Amino acid sequence: MTCVITPQHMPESAPSLSSKAFDRNLGSPRTLVSWVLSLVACMLTVMACVPLFSVLIMLIWRGGTRLVQGGISVFTALPPSAMMKHGGGFGNALVGTLTMVGIASAIAVPFGVLAAIFLAEYGARSRFGTAVRFSAKIMTGLPSILAGVFAYASVVALTGGFSAVAGGVALSVLMIPIVMLTAEEAIKMVPQRMKEAAIGMGCTRAQVIWKIIVPTALPGILTGVMLAVARAAGETAPLIFTALASNYSWAIDHRQPFIHLMKPTASMAVFIYNSAGKPQDNLIELAWAASLVLVVMVLIFNIGGQLLSRRSRPAR
Amino acid sequence: MTAITETFRPPAAGPGDLPMAAGISQPPSGFDRLVDRSTRGFAWTFAAGTIVLLSFIVYEIGLASIPAVKHHGLSLITSGSWDVNKEYFGLRWPILGTIYSSVIALLIAGVFGVAIAVFLSQNFIPRRMEIVFKNIVELLAAIPSVVYGLWGIFVVIPLLRPPANALASHLGGWFPFLSGRLSGPGMLPAALVLAIMVLPTISAISYDSLISVNPKIKEAAYGLGATRWEAILKVILPTASTGIFGSIILGFGRAMGETMALAMLLGNVNHFSVSLLSPGNTLAALIANDFPEAAPAELDVLLFAGMTLLAITLLVNVLGALVIQFANRGRGGR
Amino acid sequence: MNTSTLKMADTVKALADTASPGQKHRQHEVVIDCNIKELYYGKFKAVRDTRIPIQKNTITAFIGPSGCGKSTALRCINRMNDLVHGFRFDGHVHYRGVDMYGKKVDPVTVRRHIGMVFQQPNPFHMSIFNNVAFGLRLNRYKGNLHAQVERSLRGAALWDEVKDKLKSSGLSLSGGQQQRLCIARAIATEPEVLLMDEPCSALDPIATRRVEELMVELKARFTIAIVTHNLQQAARVADKTGFMFVDTSKGGRTGYLVEFDDTKKIFQDPAQEATKQYIRGEFS
Repeated sequence: MTCVITPQHMPESAPSLSSKAFDRNLGSPRTLVSWVLSLVACMLTVMACVPLFSVLIMLIWRGGTRLVQGGISVFTALPPSAMMKHGGGFGNALVGTLTMVGIASAIAVPFGVLAAIFLAEYGARSRFGTAVRFSAKIMTGLPSILAGVFAYASVVALTGGFSAVAGGVALSVLMIPIVMLTAEEAIKMVPQRMKEAAIGMGCTRAQVIWKIIVPTALPGILTGVMLAVARAAGETAPLIFTALASNYSWAIDHRQPFIHLMKPTASMAVFIYNSAGKPQDNLIELAWAASLVLVVMVLIFNIGGQLLSRRSRPAR
Repeated sequence: MTAITETFRPPAAGPGDLPMAAGISQPPSGFDRLVDRSTRGFAWTFAAGTIVLLSFIVYEIGLASIPAVKHHGLSLITSGSWDVNKEYFGLRWPILGTIYSSVIALLIAGVFGVAIAVFLSQNFIPRRMEIVFKNIVELLAAIPSVVYGLWGIFVVIPLLRPPANALASHLGGWFPFLSGRLSGPGMLPAALVLAIMVLPTISAISYDSLISVNPKIKEAAYGLGATRWEAILKVILPTASTGIFGSIILGFGRAMGETMALAMLLGNVNHFSVSLLSPGNTLAALIANDFPEAAPAELDVLLFAGMTLLAITLLVNVLGALVIQFANRGRGGR
Repeated sequence: MNTSTLKMADTVKALADTASPGQKHRQHEVVIDCNIKELYYGKFKAVRDTRIPIQKNTITAFIGPSGCGKSTALRCINRMNDLVHGFRFDGHVHYRGVDMYGKKVDPVTVRRHIGMVFQQPNPFHMSIFNNVAFGLRLNRYKGNLHAQVERSLRGAALWDEVKDKLKSSGLSLSGGQQQRLCIARAIATEPEVLLMDEPCSALDPIATRRVEELMVELKARFTIAIVTHNLQQAARVADKTGFMFVDTSKGGRTGYLVEFDDTKKIFQDPAQEATKQYIRGEFS
């Protein structure tokens, strides 16, 4: 049976659509507003990148020229006295930074990794574990100067003076939460079935951890360590409170062949801070050079750490 | 019924009683068991150590601040005078300066940070470019504070001075924010640099919040015919708002704790003015600037200032962490 | 059930028998007596009334629909269930007369004597050699490591394929090869008993075939218990089969053993109605 629709039988038809009804209308307020907002967002993003490039350019320009002028002596000499218009370097500051970051790492890495092992393995679902993790998160927001104040109130008061060890302790307080939280994430990413295989073979809990979990999670753990080192190397405030040193001597005791860990120690960051306000041009140029070296160090560790974890993890 | 809830508990007497022969399989050796117990012990110790460390930090700083309270009492917080020789100390202006500088920095960083997070998470540009920009913004956080201070002194202040003074001379009468002259260090350059330092925090956490908005919600908004920005402003941002709010709180905490750049750019003047062009001080900058040369009397006050800073930042950080945890749980938990 | 599959099962069994005729009388020796009266995870009763004797140098299969507790029962034998929160167990698992759940028994030691191969191949993030040598090093093997690794890889029918790339990562192999690597790893320490939890379900048919052939070869040296949801596989390789089913009568889902017997009998002439229906494919 056919059904014929003739005009008089057609139901009330919908208003006809012009062919242009679906075209884009750049003039309409909705579209315009959307465009403008997109432009604004884009501009804001680009503007935010400007400071980074400005800083890098200044570093390379002023710091770089000073480095080239001074050559190796910049890394080996002591800071120039008020009289010296040329020459001098930040050798003691460089050694001091490396030393104190080293001490801080020696404290923070075992602390952070073992605590992370607890969070991921032994205390994964306990309330205690939650409390620990929360504490670590709070500590990531601790102002760095307070880490210095803490080390001052505890270590410096205890040992009677400023020292590289106190500086290292202050820096370790800043490093521990970073190492811990990153390592915990890395450990959690080890596939459950790999752990099961190890357990099935008769590994004790510790054997599963040290033979399988940690080696597999190592890239991620290292990332955490490198990010923490990058942060610690650039810190100033904690060191003002703990390792404040004169610019005019190495922290080396001539009676001992090694750097003296219990004496005030210079560091790159404090050197830059102290030099920035001085009227000597030579010192200021050196401050730029030191900033360049410091930023290069920090960026290498920061970017290196992130590359390390991205290489061994599947893309998001 | 044997209740087995504990795994790997070594038996009280030597290795397990399996009479099976020989062959390669051995029970774990004494050394293995020692390592097992030690690992567990150390892991627990350092985990507990985290809580202990945090408590110890609060304790030590609190303890160190007591002498000043005994000596000066409540005037420490309320008084605005600062005279080292006469030993009049009041933290009113540094406290106000801390809050003021952080609020201004946050206004700037908040707008920028959220805008950037939106721009990088809503498919405006190809994924590759998103990653590049995201990395650049994150690198902003990697630059040490003292380097920002140096840059601030030699780049930002000279750049800001002409336009700021021009604005001041024309508009200074109407807006107290712009009165005075920018002769060197001041609130404006300091707050700007502070904003740059806090921006990555806000941007990164907001980005995470936006990315985890359920794609189905986005689909629903577009399906109803919303323009891109209508979807963002009316649907996506509100959904991610708890996380974004958390990021702002955390950013606020970071701003208040920031030391070196402010120490170098604010001028260390214990005076407060609403004007953006005049110098000022924050708690952190005060402590950093004065500590090296401080006499014992002033030292006690600085330690008290440290405790004040600790109290404020702890409060803000706990709040921020809780808000973010709440936001995470809201969308299904970690 | 078609007859050709059963014929193949017969042939394979006949081959195994002739391989070591002297062992025939020992085939009846029960190595593991797994007796589960009641098994709970917290408040959830997962398994009840399951008693399976596992005889030396045989392949014993647990079959049944999903959720009937076959993997749970298998994991009781090497105490892998201990890892699950809230696990409680009433019954015993006797390994040569010693109760694996005795008060003094260390689960870690149990697992050293009983090997396990899992559903998803799970080689470690190490070289092929180190994967196989893992168990040997764990047990402080004093003999020739290389020789034992080779023997295990040969035993897993993998040697020829990997002998030139022992240093490459275990994860670089195909799925079937990875599973054979896991088998090599498990047999390296020569445990008496090998447990296999659906070893072929993640593999393609060809790899499955190879692993099944391997199982039959290994039967001469090891005692094997497998869980499988593939009926034909059980028919092909198993000497004894236990059929488990789900009891929903009291509102929960509790697994229990319906019938346990020679494979031939289970497939050709089962005693229980439920078994008959399952074999016929009326539910899965």
